[in-house]
Order: sequence, then C-alpha cells, then structure tokens
Amino acid sequence: MVIDISKCAGCYCCFIACKDEHCGHDFPGYAAPQPMTGQFWMNLVERERGQYPRVKTAYIAVPCMHCEEANCIKQARDGAVYRRPDGIVIIDPAKAKGQRQLVDSCPYRVIYWNEESGLPQKCTFCAHLLDEGWKEPRCAEMCPAGAITFGDLDDPKSDVAQSAAANRTEALHLEYGLKESVIYINLPKKFIAGTVAYEDSDDCAPGVAVTARTAGWEQTVETDGFGDFEFEDLADNQDYTVTLTADGYEPRQFNVKTLRDMHLGVIALEKSR
Amino acid sequence: MEEILTQCTSGGPVKVHVKDGVITKIRPYVFDETDAPSWTIEARGRKFTAPRKTTMMPYVSGERARIYSDQRIKYPMKRVDFHPQGERNPQNRGISGYERITWDEAYDLVAGEMKRVREAYGPAAIAAATASHHNWGLLFYKLGPFGRFFNLLGYTEVVDNPDSWEGWHWGAVHTWGYYWRLGVSDNYDMLEDALQNTEQVIMWSSDPNTTTGYPGQDSLRWRTWLKDLGIRLIFIDPWCNFTSAMLGDKWIAPRPGTDAALAEAIAYVWIQEGTYDKWFVENRTVGFPEFEKRIMGGEDGVPRTPEWAADLTGLPARQIRALAREWASRRTMLGCGAMVGLGGASRAAYGTEWARLMVLLISMQGLGKPGVNVWGGAGMGQPADYSFYFPGYSSAGWDAFNLVPGTKRAINTVSQKLYRLLLADSILNPPVSWRGDGFCGQSIEQQFTTHTYPEPGTSEVHMLYRHGGSFISTMCNTNKIVEMYQSPKLECVVIQDCHWQSETKFADVILPASTQFEQSDISEWMNPGGYAENKSGQNFRVIIYQKKCIEPLWESKPDWDIYCELAKRLGFLDEYTEGNSREDWIKKLFYSTSLPEHVTYEDFKKKGYFVVPPPQGDYKRTVSNRWYYEGRTWDVPDRANPMLYADRNPRNNSPENFVPSDKLGTYSGKIEFVSQSLLTNEPDDKERPLIPQYIPSWEGHLSEKAKTYPLQLLTTHPRFSFHTHYDNKVPWLDEIPVSRIVKDGYAYWPIRIHPSDAEPRNIRHGDLVKVHNERGSVLCVAVLTERVRPGVMHSYEGGAKYDPLEPGKVGTPDRGGCINILTPDRMLSKNAPGMANNSCLVEISRGDI
Repeated sequence: MVIDISKCAGCYCCFIACKDEHCGHDFPGYAAPQPMTGQFWMNLVERERGQYPRVKTAYIAVPCMHCEEANCIKQARDGAVYRRPDGIVIIDPAKAKGQRQLVDSCPYRVIYWNEESGLPQKCTFCAHLLDEGWKEPRCAEMCPAGAITFGDLDDPKSDVAQSAAANRTEALHLEYGLKESVIYINLPKKFIAGTVAYEDSDDCAPGVAVTARTAGWEQTVETDGFGDFEFEDLADNQDYTVTLTADGYEPRQFNVKTLRDMHLGVIALEKSR
Repeated sequence: MEEILTQCTSGGPVKVHVKDGVITKIRPYVFDETDAPSWTIEARGRKFTAPRKTTMMPYVSGERARIYSDQRIKYPMKRVDFHPQGERNPQNRGISGYERITWDEAYDLVAGEMKRVREAYGPAAIAAATASHHNWGLLFYKLGPFGRFFNLLGYTEVVDNPDSWEGWHWGAVHTWGYYWRLGVSDNYDMLEDALQNTEQVIMWSSDPNTTTGYPGQDSLRWRTWLKDLGIRLIFIDPWCNFTSAMLGDKWIAPRPGTDAALAEAIAYVWIQEGTYDKWFVENRTVGFPEFEKRIMGGEDGVPRTPEWAADLTGLPARQIRALAREWASRRTMLGCGAMVGLGGASRAAYGTEWARLMVLLISMQGLGKPGVNVWGGAGMGQPADYSFYFPGYSSAGWDAFNLVPGTKRAINTVSQKLYRLLLADSILNPPVSWRGDGFCGQSIEQQFTTHTYPEPGTSEVHMLYRHGGSFISTMCNTNKIVEMYQSPKLECVVIQDCHWQSETKFADVILPASTQFEQSDISEWMNPGGYAENKSGQNFRVIIYQKKCIEPLWESKPDWDIYCELAKRLGFLDEYTEGNSREDWIKKLFYSTSLPEHVTYEDFKKKGYFVVPPPQGDYKRTVSNRWYYEGRTWDVPDRANPMLYADRNPRNNSPENFVPSDKLGTYSGKIEFVSQSLLTNEPDDKERPLIPQYIPSWEGHLSEKAKTYPLQLLTTHPRFSFHTHYDNKVPWLDEIPVSRIVKDGYAYWPIRIHPSDAEPRNIRHGDLVKVHNERGSVLCVAVLTERVRPGVMHSYEGGAKYDPLEPGKVGTPDRGGCINILTPDRMLSKNAPGMANNSCLVEISRGDI
C-alpha cells in the first residue's frame, strides 16, 4: 500500500469505511468483529504545522504496516500471527485469544485489545475481500482523492509499484527497521517560512533572494508578491542558516534549528547604511 | 444471500450491500464498461479524465450506523402529560418523557387535532415546516409527501430563508441579477476554462473540501489538479479552513465582518494604479463613476485606502496592497458566490455588502473573460450534457408529484405565512412584520414585499407540524426557540422524523419516519432543480433508481405512508394519491424524462442507475458569463432563466419559446455599481445602500459589547455532519477529533482558539471550557490551534445535541454543543431578512460542571 500524504484532505472516509466493514461483522479466519467504537484499524493522525498565519495541516493514515519483520509475529504464541504469501499479516482470531502481549509488541501501536472477546485485533487489508476477488481494501476504495493505492509492490506493472517508483517513498518510522508494506509519499518534514517587507516603504518585498544552508546542502528561493518565502521538506532537528539579500538593503541572517516548522514572522529590511 | 442495491444520499450516491435483510456495507459506485465513458479535459499539455468511481461526503460513509442508530425514533409516542381532552402541559415540553402508543392511536390523535384546530380557528391555525437534506429522493423526499399533503390540507407555511448564502440572495441580486438562482451565478463549463486559462484562484470565505454536500467529494480531485498545474490558491478567511490547510498557497485572515472593507481597499488600489478592466467597466456596467468617487474619498472625504482598511481588518496595509496587485496581475477565479462555496461572510451583519462587492471586484477584472469568473469553491462546471432532461426535486415547486405529467396541482388556500427566522417571535409576540418572500426566485421585487403575521382577520397558529430536522442547533438564538415550544399558544406540536433531534423532545406527538433506505424512490445525484438548475460539482450526471434496501426499522413508516393514513382520516386520500402507488409515481416520472430514449424501465430498475453520457471532444462550450463578456446573447442551457423562456417547461424545445437576450437580470441589464433595483424600491436604506460598502457590524469588534465579550465566534457549516443529520447519530463521528472530543466519557463539541487567546485565560488544549454571552452558554472542549486569527474562535454550526444541564429550562448551560445558543437572531440588516450567525461576540473561560 502506498499512501500519498499530499493528496489526503483529512476527510476520514478511510477511517469510517474500515469501521463500516468490520464493526459488528465477523470474518472467521480473518478477523473477529471490531467493537463499534474504540479501535482504529485505519487511524488518521492530524499534524498541524507552523504558526499563524503560515500554517498547514497534514493527515497521516496509519493502518497496520504488514511488516516483513513484524514484531507481533515474533511475539505471538502458537503461530497466532502469521504472514501470508501475499505479505498480509493476519492475527488468527482463534489462536490469538488472550494474547494481550501482542498489543505492546507493535511499535506503531496499531494492535488493539478487545476487552469483550479477549482478542488482539488490527487491520487485515480486508483480506477476506481480496480473497473473494476484490482489488483493494475498503479504505482505498473509499478514498475520494486517490491518496491510497493498493496492490502488489513486487509486480512492477501494478499501479502501486509504479506510484512507488515515480516518487520518493519511505516508511513512517524507518528507524524501527521492520520492512513495512505500507509506504508513504510526501510525508511532512519541516518547513522554514517568512514574510519580507521593506522598512522604509512598508511594502511587501517581492523578488528578494533567500538562501537556506546546512551541511552539504543549499537552496535559494525568491519571495513572491506577498514577500513570502518557504523552504519545505527540510530535515528534522537540523541547523539551518537563512540569509536574505536585496539590492540597496542590509542583508539579514537567521539561524534556525528545525525542532518544529518555523514561521520567522515579518522580516523588515532596512536601507543599506 | 447478499444483494447490492443502488441508493443516493444528500452527500453522494451509495451502493448498499444487504445480507439477510440487514445492511452490511455502504460503498461508492464503481462504473463498468457498459456505463458511459469518462470525459477528458486537455489543458496546458496535460489530460484530466474523470475517475470511474463516485465519492461521498465523510458523514455519508457512516450511513450504516445512522440507519441503525440508537437515536432512531422507534415507535409512535405521546408525551406522558399531554392530554388532548384535558391538561396539555405545554410548559413541560422538553422536560417530560414519552409513552408508546399504537399507530392507529397516533393517526387518530393527529388527525383529530388537525380537525379540531381547523374547526376552532380555521386552516391557517396549523403551521408546518420541513427539514433540509435529512433524506434524498426526487418524489418522496419532503417536497412530495409533505408538500402535497399540506397544500391539500391548507396551512400557514413556515417560509425558509436562504440560510447558506444570505448575502448573495439579499445583496448580489441587486448587482448582477440572477434572482432566479437566488443571487448566485450559474457555473457551466468552468472546470475546463479554469484548467486551461486560470492562473490563480481566490477562495474568499470558501471551504469546498468541507461544504460541497450534494456532489460528494468529486471536486476534491479537481482542486488537486489546479495544484498540479501550478495554479495558485489564495484563501481569505479568519479561519484557516480545511481546504486552505490542505491546498492553500496563501492564507489571509481579516477580522470577521470586515471583508467588505478589504474589498473596498482592493478596489482603491486598482483604481489608483489603473489595473482594472476599463473596457469592461465602461461597456458592461453602470454607476462606476459614482463608485469610483466614493472609493477615492470624493463622497465623504475618506478614501478607502489599504491603510484605512488595515485598521478595520487587522491586516497590514502592505498585505492588502499586495493582494490587490497579485489579483490584478493574474487571470483569477473568485472561488465563492456559487453553490459549493457560498461563504460564511454572507451569513453575517451586512453580508449583502460583501457579496455585492465580490461581484463588483470580479467585474473590475472582466467577469466572463477566459479564466476570470465567479467559480464556487472551484468545484462546479464539469463537462455535462444538460439537453438530457431529468428534473430535480424542487423543479415543480412545493409539490414534487407535480413533476409527474397529468397530476392535478395541489394549491394551498391559506395565504398567511410565517418566516422561519421569526418563528419564535411570531408565536410569542405577534404581530410581527418582515420584508421579502424568503426565497425570492420569481422576481427582484419579491424582496420588497411586506408580510405581517397574523394576517388581518386570520387566526394565529395553534398547531405546529414538524417534518424532519431541527430549528434548535441550526437556527440562531436557541433559547428563544425553547421558549416558543413551551408556550401555551402552541396547543399541539407534532414531530415526524427518522431520528431524535434536539427538537424532538419538545413534541407532544412523535411519529417515527423511515429513512430513504427503507423505501424506493427515483432521483438524479445532486440535482435539486428549481433555483439551482443544472447545479453541478460531480463528475457525472447519474440517475438512480433508489431501491428499498430493507424493511422499515422498528415501527417506522415512510413519510408518504404516514400522510396517506392522515389524508384518509381527513377525507382527501384520493386527491392525495390520485390512485398512484409508490411504484406508479416512479414509473410515470421515468417516462416523463429523457431516460426512455436510452434505457427501458425494466433495465433501469434492474441495474439501478444510468450514467448520462458526457459530451465528448468538440462539443459547444458555454462558459458562464462568457456571453456577457463578449456581448452576445445568453447561451448557457439554463432552462430556469425566466428572461429567456416564455414556457419554462424544459421539454418545450420549440424555437418560438426562446427569446434571445443579452441582458443580465438587473434593472439595467448590466452589472450595477449603483443598484437600480434598490434605487427604485428602497432608495434611502442606509443599511443596504445603493453603492455597496463596508458598514460596521452591529455585533463586531467595534461594538460596545466587545468590551464584555471580546472574542468573535465563527460558526461555519460542519465538516462531519449535514446540519444536524449525522452528528449524534453515528458513533464513529464522535471518534473524529475534528467533529467531537470525548472527555470523561462525554463527546463534547470542539471550539478552536488561538494559543494567544487561551493563555491569558488559563485555558489549555483539551480543557473543558464555557463559551458564553448574554444569550446563554455552551460547554465545549478547547482546541488550541494556529489556524484561527487571534481574537477569533471557530466552531461548527450543527452540533445535533442540545443537552441543557437542567432540561427544559431556558438559559441553562448546554453541554451538547448547541452552539447556536450563542448566536444572534438579528437579521443581516433592517430590510435584508437573513440570518447572521457569524456576527457573534462571546467570552470563554475554563468550565466546570
């Protein structure tokens, strides 16, 4: 599964489609019924970025990652969790009864405990439907923007493999090292933004060259008609130097550490002395 | 045994899986090769093709849970202390409980009350009102069963206000006509025009990702195409709405209520710098010299400079100047002023002025020029064939069965009206007068009529019949509505609905109605007809046989069946049905449309839907307002335009029926900087002056009241409910933090506040807070966000729960999220009777129960 964050409007249709499919419905061998509320097999996490008035919001859809090196498989007793030949990781609803340790086995926290049935539960990629001949799980079918692409990543002709090949993809948490089957395009990184104005005329300053630099990397952009500039897709927790130059005005420089998305505010350029 | 049935909702078409008589899935349609092919638009070297799948609004995806919700009204009921032969105890409405009664008892009781009230006071003593959008269907949604029943009975109609686009209706009509579309422009072939020609879209008070409604989310992809082409999207809104947060290149946040000042300052810059379309202004408009004089300060000595507007809007003057320059330097679509993105700024004090200035600004850049237009929410105007006739539910007026040829029209013999916004005042403190006919779609002059309730020699209303929906939560100043319901003047209140609404517990008799999924109907996706002829926004025209999916749940019955039983008891069943069964009505309607030219009734019913083939390749485009820009006669296929068609029957294609015209619907036939219709009918109205202008809000940041209640509250249409129809009915929606936030086991309504406003009030993210003003108080959960302008708070209208801490007591704090407790019931202005929920001052503090 490939999820393109830039196409996600945060409409939660995937989140609800999952509940529509699984709440109150038993699919023996695949999954016991999801409780009406409280579990989020297809969760959506809102991430607000920046400061007024330079602010964006991203939504990150988080299903089970169906990892090749899944922790839950390793920590399951009696083979209660297994990976099918097609890569889908299934918690066997019969064998997994009482195996609460599976909830904590997953660093993505996508396994939920069903108090009533005594079962750990999670996303199945709607394997019961795929086995009936469906092409995609309910979340992908429901997405109005085509942000979720589903298929066989190993088949280079598939939509999902082509989408992955055409873009920079990554796991949500590379550091877990689990070889996830869910990969993302356009995961939000950090941005540095600002608005430039001339102090003397109090006008917006378009066309000002702004350069951001960090070790081994440099980018220059020009401010737009509002005097706005933005560097997007920057690394987390990294030191950047941002310099502004405009003919006839004093240059400005800022040192920014990307602990969060940063709006530097209104930067007023003073006439050269 | 699983069946897959076709249905349509007020937020997109759905396929319904049914297994053993139970609905198991709600899905989009996926078109196959036997369905009509997709259209393709070529623009800037790329091709954009309609996907083979429909979309739905977020709340519709939870439809299964709504159908089986524990909030369904399950049985006919009577309030325990309502005794029609004795004490009626109206003061206990909203307090007392209910007891089950049989359907026969319910019918006899309701029909008996109708007879009694008619005999005692006359037919005008019964008033009836409907919901908006609680179900979908051409014939059997409200205008059919409800409209025909009450027209035959005779009743005082509760007239709707144009609640989502007030300023356009009461204002823009006087600038560009379009009265037959209630103040908003048509939007034909706009998508292709934008993809090919537009360089920038300004979404002014517009959040289409949230408010598209009927067409589902199809246009979301269109807006991502704009991004793919590098078309810049600028958002003007005090709240960084969901479309802005996803797609915006620039967010400009004026103070609520000051949009008109910002617009005037933009005009100032264009005039000063000569960057407007002088040819258009000279040839296509009237009154510009007077407007120019006013803007430049020649009238009152106050030039409308960016500096002048900066003080009012709270925006830096340089930003206003830059906005004006950026706008003038690019081919720009204005993304408001048509359905899909109408604008909360039009639902505020003097919202007329903002809407009129929007028309004037886009006119100053050449309305109708390639790439320059009014394009609602960048979400309408896909290629579509409108020569294929299929009507919308309002195409035949207030009785959808009139769409079936040969049906005898049912006429309401009562002329008395109530106006929805004045309903509570009218019941509590008559007489009450107001201007205008509500939806003024027949003529501009309808805006200048005067109505009084009660009409001379006519009885006041003594019985209220509510068909779906809820004034509480959707209309302003809730506490007054509560007072109305507890008034002894209303001797009997009947509510017929599918779900418990905030208002249901104020009824004396409750009748459980079935949802559309429990009955059959026919409809076209998203087509309301009438005042919104050829409304678009979805990739395909799809006509649907809405198949009954399951038997009516519990003891509910379809609306039509309920009214049939009442009509039988009142002696007009034969006139009501004209001998038609439900299937007869559907079949007759089918044969009155273009469908039989393409598909047999049997095949249509079997497949369940028909996709109208979209035009391909070299068809004749009729971009809205292009004819006007180019000085030609009207060419758009708008059969509802009364200026062009003597006979508005859309199947009458005789050439004599078409009267060519090159005039807009204004008095002058042109865009009016000085309104000729106001000059003729209301020349001295200072609150809707001849030249539109910023007028300080009667409840805004400059008001005296702002000293006590300093925060401005915006209440926009909700993202996860259609009015009150999904919230509090689908438990899954309570788990979406944008919709509700569960705290200590209770799902509260969120209120969004900037950290700089929260901090001095000691409010943290997730705190329970009390939002209050002199009208009441609501407990919410605080969401600290950078997405609101400091000094402004955002919440959604339409929280479907009114849960006062002391039930039935006026003024007691509510914790259900009935945010309209706080909003004013004052009208836009003296003579513009629209609701102004976005002019609302409040204070907020940490709340305790």
